Amino acid sequence: MRDNIVLCGVGGQGTVLASRLLSTAAMLRNVPVKAAETIGMAQRGGSVTSHVRIGEGVSSPLVAKGTADLLMAFEPAEAARQLSYLKPDGVAVVSNRPVIPVSSVTGGPAYDLNAIMDYLKSHVERLIVVDADAASSALGSSRVLNVVLLGAALHSGALSMDADVMREAIHARLPQRFLELNLSALDYVKQV
Amino acid sequence: MHTEFLMGNEAIALGALAAGVQVVAGYPGTPSTEVLETAAKRGAGRIYVEWSCNEKAAMEVAAGAAYAGARTLVTCKQVGLNVAADPLMSLEYVGTKGGMVVMVADDPGPISSQTEQDTRTFAQFSKVPVFDPSSVKEAYDMVREAFELSELEGTPVFLRATTRVDHGYEAIEVADEQDWKTHDAEGFVKDASRWVIFPRLSVVNHANIERRNARLAKEFSDCPFNSASNASSDLPSAFARKGIATHGINYSYTQEALAALGLEGLPVLKVGTPFPFPEDLALRFLQGVDEVLCVEELDPVIERSLLQVCGKHGLRVAIKGKLTDNMALSGENTIESVQRAIADYLNVQVSDIATKDQDMPPLPVRPPVLCAGCPHRASFYAVKCAMGKKKTVFCGDIGCYTLGNAHPLNMVDTCLCMGAGITVAQGIYHVEPDTKCFSFTGDSTFFASGITGVVNAYYNQVDLTVIVLDNSTTAMTGHQPHPGTGRTMMGDAVAPVSIEAVLRGIGLKTVETVNPFDHELAVSTVQRVSELPGVKAIIFKSPCVMLSKPNAKSVVSASDCIGCKRCIRELGCPALFFENGKARIDETQCSGCTLCEQVCPVGAIAGGEKL
Repeated sequence: MRDNIVLCGVGGQGTVLASRLLSTAAMLRNVPVKAAETIGMAQRGGSVTSHVRIGEGVSSPLVAKGTADLLMAFEPAEAARQLSYLKPDGVAVVSNRPVIPVSSVTGGPAYDLNAIMDYLKSHVERLIVVDADAASSALGSSRVLNVVLLGAALHSGALSMDADVMREAIHARLPQRFLELNLSALDYVKQV
Repeated sequence: MHTEFLMGNEAIALGALAAGVQVVAGYPGTPSTEVLETAAKRGAGRIYVEWSCNEKAAMEVAAGAAYAGARTLVTCKQVGLNVAADPLMSLEYVGTKGGMVVMVADDPGPISSQTEQDTRTFAQFSKVPVFDPSSVKEAYDMVREAFELSELEGTPVFLRATTRVDHGYEAIEVADEQDWKTHDAEGFVKDASRWVIFPRLSVVNHANIERRNARLAKEFSDCPFNSASNASSDLPSAFARKGIATHGINYSYTQEALAALGLEGLPVLKVGTPFPFPEDLALRFLQGVDEVLCVEELDPVIERSLLQVCGKHGLRVAIKGKLTDNMALSGENTIESVQRAIADYLNVQVSDIATKDQDMPPLPVRPPVLCAGCPHRASFYAVKCAMGKKKTVFCGDIGCYTLGNAHPLNMVDTCLCMGAGITVAQGIYHVEPDTKCFSFTGDSTFFASGITGVVNAYYNQVDLTVIVLDNSTTAMTGHQPHPGTGRTMMGDAVAPVSIEAVLRGIGLKTVETVNPFDHELAVSTVQRVSELPGVKAIIFKSPCVMLSKPNAKSVVSASDCIGCKRCIRELGCPALFFENGKARIDETQCSGCTLCEQVCPVGAIAGGEKL
């Protein structure tokens, strides 16, 4: 296993759990893992990132720009903001549901979703856009977007880990009552 | 031993527990908070842990416990150390008996702080030895070593980590609980010549401390946390006499950068004990090079120390870094910035990695904001409506409510440090008494350092409206208990300290408690109270929305909404947005606080529930 992963989104979207599942998967296979999280003021609706580095010989917990195998974005504008981390043939998995900040209504830069999606499409060869609303209604919950995105990433072959170890990680990390929902979320993209 | 995936701060707590820590005291502050929380969780039933009122109290509680022979840990962020500076400066002269480690989290960037101060510099100033970990694993090892050193030398010892170590994660080997050390504290032994600081004692101890630190500087040259590598034999000769000196997380950035440049064999000095500075090791390193680039964050501590060694020993080595503009003077370093600085220093080319950014469309900006349903928004808005165009000043403070500065509320005119809002407002009053002066202080900040400010205002006869924003928790740092909550970190239910009773005890005649979500009442209360002479207080009491987790949602009736955007423009709530000419509410964020319902001029919003 050797993977550099950058997860990004808006404070409160659940990036930390996704990052934790990836780290757990590495530990289950006895592969060294380091990670870094945004904790603090930015959690109040700001841009947040998690970095996960899996494999031998890693020294920094942060991924260098241009070297991420996978960019997992919970939000389109955040995908664009962190795109420079992705390596040229890396995979970007992006939720299509925007989180529009107050600033874009009160005088800051407007949120131009079409321009952002066009930018992503023209700059990422291996782009996977996840329809977050469709996933929520199919799964009956908007709380498992993180695992839907993880499933899409694993399905794309961007990572050197397989879906089985992620299932084990979900079993290891999540309470029994959420297992079924999260396991279906993991397979959602495969079925679509 | 067993392996755990740990945050740096968790590793520090586990290291302290493995070293037999008995008393832990601190005050919450990003990025330090998880150390104490983890110590409480993992040490439950074995040790005493408290959230103190503030860092000064924490330092003094820990000092007392160390006088009695216990191993103690203090946790705080870098600006918290300023609050605790008074006891610490004197404590270094008095010394300790039980091992005492002061864990301080520094915040390059700064990401969640007021300053970019460097605890390595504070260590030099206070003469307290300091460890500076470069990874989660090293943080775990260093805290144990710090306890040993402290107990051996009878001095407090700093463990200073930065955000990327504090909030970095790593799977590391840690001691099993049954292997944690245990200590029997001897108890306090009366000895006025030791524990009572007097000028006579200070002058003697001052010299002893200087001699001890000179000795430690020698001993640290052999400390495994410091290392100096020579140029490898396969290094191109052009680079063989060019070295790098670094520390902390920058050591890992340097390693990554050198690997990317294919120059792993460059001589590197890693400094894990920046004070006392490992002079002999540095001298040997300097003798093998002509030039050194110092890759540091915050102050140029290593850079200045190397200059000192060069001067002392008459070495002709060029020392580069922040003082020569080879490194940024402020802010956080990154793998990229370090790689660029090293490439420039070595005069080698690096490929430009950031080409993807060039034609990026304008992205929305996301400054942190008050949450949807946050009671602080309602409180600020009530004061704003009540005061209208009157001449006012709104002195804010440290906490989530600092975010009340943002557009469209614009309700924080000053913010300096914990508790300063109440006292800064008094200074402004003395210069312009016709200004309506307000201070905004959170409940935890009130207990930490607000009370003395109110006493000062009352005693010195100012006109001031003290607003306490009481959300019954220490919200910004992740909801820690405080004296007003009636819960301690040991899990005990205790009698809560009443903010209202404290204010009345000081002598204030007018102390009113209002639910800020009752907008009309909140506005009329502010109007009435602020007209009274002297010091008066309003407590806006409503629980943090992240703790109360209400279920109600407000909904905009599309047929009734006239698209005036008043709700959005007045409140800046992140759940409100505008689509197809109508206001809309993001139901995943809305808590149904009803503030927008009360602001809507045509009653088009309904469905919420006032808390």
